[in-house]
Amino acid sequence: MSGHAEAVSKDKLWGGGSSPFSISYGKMMMWYFLVSDALTFGGLLTAYGVIRHASSDPWPVGEQVFESLPLITGSFPLIYVALMTFILIISSVTMVLAVEAGHRMDKKGVIKWMGYTVLGGLFFLTSQAWEWSHFIHGSGGGFQISAPMSVTGADESGANMTVELNGGAWVHMTSELGHAYEHALEHGDHIEVKGGNLIITPAHHEAAHGEHAHAEHGHDAHAEAGPTTLPLEIILNKYVLEHKDGKDIRKIKVTGAEAEKVMNGMASNTLVFGANLHKNEYAVQQQYANFFFFITGFHGFHVMQGVVINIVIFLMALRGVFERRGHYEMVEKVGLFWHFVDLVWVFVFTFFYLV
Amino acid sequence: MERDDLIVNDSYSINARHSEEEGKKIRKKLYFVTILLTVITIIEIFMGVAFKRNGTFTWETIKLAFVILTLVKAAYIVLVFMHLGDERKNLKYVVLLPYALFILYLIFIGLYEGLSVQSLHNTFG
Repeated sequence: MSGHAEAVSKDKLWGGGSSPFSISYGKMMMWYFLVSDALTFGGLLTAYGVIRHASSDPWPVGEQVFESLPLITGSFPLIYVALMTFILIISSVTMVLAVEAGHRMDKKGVIKWMGYTVLGGLFFLTSQAWEWSHFIHGSGGGFQISAPMSVTGADESGANMTVELNGGAWVHMTSELGHAYEHALEHGDHIEVKGGNLIITPAHHEAAHGEHAHAEHGHDAHAEAGPTTLPLEIILNKYVLEHKDGKDIRKIKVTGAEAEKVMNGMASNTLVFGANLHKNEYAVQQQYANFFFFITGFHGFHVMQGVVINIVIFLMALRGVFERRGHYEMVEKVGLFWHFVDLVWVFVFTFFYLV
Repeated sequence: MERDDLIVNDSYSINARHSEEEGKKIRKKLYFVTILLTVITIIEIFMGVAFKRNGTFTWETIKLAFVILTLVKAAYIVLVFMHLGDERKNLKYVVLLPYALFILYLIFIGLYEGLSVQSLHNTFG
């Protein structure tokens, strides 16, 4: 802390016998480790930048991909990540308060603030688990069209707009349609596109699986009913923005015969729900999901390690190890790691979600 | 070798102690930084949601603002939360200079290369 460095004359500073940095060996090594770890994260984020700059297809927009909250429906762009960022910043603050309490040899203070820091870390990890789960499941589904076509749909203001789609263009089903489609695929139901509608005819469970399977699927409404009809709704540019004629083109809703045309133009094997390591519904670029999983995953792994180390330090403080040792420097060293984790998240937040 | 973190009453670690009075001042500074970081995050979210990717404010300006705000946040975390601001000058330079040199070069060469790949792709398909 301020002014704790001993005054040593310059000519003696590097002469041996004392630390030129006026810090202990352990703390210095923690700083060196953090510099190397920061290079790893810097490399990962730069790699993300390279791929993104090299991509000639539109890149997904963070505020459109991440706009959901747990348990609530509706659009809340970036609110959940903002909450995660806030939790991590607050747990960083409680950590630094634990360090400050340690400098005053305040055992109770250290225990209290370390406890809050552990809770904050666990809260963040839980949030990230939800975030991943949501990203993996996705909303609706996306597919590529095989050949170029001209499609007419309504833009956000409701005005009709005709867009020329290239072959390989990425389009989305609305979430209701996508979920029904995914469900039908899972159950092996017959799917038909006709008259601007999606018609799902349930496979006969009795015939396919026998009496037992019928009992199992008894609660499933569509197992007993006839065909389900859903109006086709296709969204163009669901997660990306394109600028044409000085206008943002996003969320063009296509229905009826036009939507049927798009559905029939679906390129084989391109339909994807959510995201995995090979493809994702958010973009043509598979790297988008890969980088999401790797960077946030690697960061999350750091958070997990941090939480484990914080718990160890919390228990050591509780048992009075540091009090007997005469100083709480371990809290400070672990604190450095924990702040570093927060620091990385600040950059991940900016470059993955905002920009 | 003796582990210096286990040394009872190690001089460097003891010197890091401070009194109740100083503690109050330090906590005040910490609360200030907390509020500052929170406000910056809220501003970033607001900018991310409110500004369209084109319009009067160009999106490029907004992106630059994001980077600057992020660096401000990072600076406060490193200098205040990690106490690097209170360490000796030589430690600051040992930590910050090699990193800054290396990463700035990496960003420059990476993004330059990326744009070059994109323009090749756009030109030759």
